Amino acid sequence: MKCRRCKSPAVIDVRRHNAAFCKDCFNHHCTEQVRRAIHDFKMLQPEERVLVAVSGGKDSLALWDLLLKAGYQADGLYVGLGIGEYSNESGRFARDFAQSRDLKLIEVDLPQQYGFDIPTGSEAARRAPCSACGLSKRHLFNQAAIDGEYDAVATGHNLDDEAAVLMGNVLRWEEGYLARQYPVLPASEGFAKKVKPLVKLGEREMAAYCVLNGIDYIIEECPMAAGNRHLGYKEILNQLEEQSPGAKTAFLTGFFDRAHQRFADVAVEERQTLQPCAHCDAPTTNDVCAFCRLQVRATGITIGTTS
Amino acid sequence: MNVLLRNPRREIQMPGPTSVSKLLKQLNIVPESVLVICNDELVTRDAQLRDEDSIEIRPVVSGGA
Ligand code: SF4
Ligand SMILES: [Zn+2]
Ligand SMILES: [Zn+2]
Repeated sequence: MKCRRCKSPAVIDVRRHNAAFCKDCFNHHCTEQVRRAIHDFKMLQPEERVLVAVSGGKDSLALWDLLLKAGYQADGLYVGLGIGEYSNESGRFARDFAQSRDLKLIEVDLPQQYGFDIPTGSEAARRAPCSACGLSKRHLFNQAAIDGEYDAVATGHNLDDEAAVLMGNVLRWEEGYLARQYPVLPASEGFAKKVKPLVKLGEREMAAYCVLNGIDYIIEECPMAAGNRHLGYKEILNQLEEQSPGAKTAFLTGFFDRAHQRFADVAVEERQTLQPCAHCDAPTTNDVCAFCRLQVRATGITIGTTS
Repeated sequence: MNVLLRNPRREIQMPGPTSVSKLLKQLNIVPESVLVICNDELVTRDAQLRDEDSIEIRPVVSGGA
C-alpha cells in the first residue's frame, strides 16, 4: 500500500477513510483530526489550561502528546485505582511519559486517599467493577480540575469508545445518558468542562500513533474489563465495520449531528434537580453523590467522619 | 514465523511466507481489532511476511468506562 498523501510506502491503513499513510502523513492525519474535533465542537480556546486524564494506556498518552503538539498547556492527572499489578504498571507508564518530557503529572490514589480500591469497593457496593471505576474516575477528575482551577478535563475517549457507549445507551434508550453523551460538556456549577478531542480517531489509530511515535503504554488489558458490556459492543461494531467501512463513524456522527439535540430537554430537567452533595459538595441529584455513597459502602465509614 | 499474541501474552509458530491479511484470517482475528508489527515496524494488510520474520499481533481494543 502507498501513502495517500505522499505515495511513499504506507505503514498503517485506515479503512474508514479508505486511506493508508506513511508515518509523517499519519501523524498529520491524527493532528488534523484532533484539531477538527476541537474546532467543530468548540472544545477549547488556545489559552485554556487543560487537565488530561492519563491512565497509562494508549489513548490518554497519545491525547496528551497531541494536545501538547497542538500548543495547549496540558498537565496530566493519574488516578491510582488499586487494581493490583495492573495499576502499578499503568502508573509507571504515566510517570515515565511525564518524566521523559518534563511534564506535570498530578496523582490521586484511591486506596490511600479514599480508603478503598476498585476490586473490593465494587464488590462491597455490588456494582460492576467498570461502573464503580467509571464513576470514581469521573468524580476525581472533576474534583482535581476544580481544585487546580483548570479550564477543562480532557479524556482519551476515542471513536470506538464513544460508538460502543452509544450502542449501549441506544439499546436501553437511556435518555439521560444520551443527553449527556457529547464530545464537549460545558462547565456548570460544580462541574469543570469535559472534552473528548479523540472522537474522530479510532482506537486502532491511537495504538498506531503510540507505536510510531515511540510512546510506551500499557498493552495488557485491565483484569476487571473481562465481560465488560462495552467490549462486547466493540466486537459487534468491529464486525460491522469490517463489512461496511465507515459504519462506526456514521453511527456516532449521525447521533451528534442529528439526534443528540433531541434529548436536550432531558439534560435541562436533570440539571434543575442538581444540588451539592452533603458530604463533598459535588453536584448530585441525590442528597449524597454516587462517589460518596460508593465510598461509604466500600469502607463502612459513616458520612461526616472523613474530611 | 514466530508470532507474539497478547492478552494473555503467548507465542505461536505459523508457516510463512504469507500476507498480513491471510495470517489474520487463519487466526480468525478481525483486522480492525489489531495492529500487526513485523520486526518492530508497523505493517499494512497487504504486507508480505517471510518465514524468518518476527511478528507481533497487538490488540487495540480496550474495555472500561
Ligand atoms: S477496565 Fe473497568 S475497572 Fe479497569 S480501569 Fe477500565 S473502567 Fe476501570
Ligand atoms: Zn506520506
Ligand atoms: Zn459526595
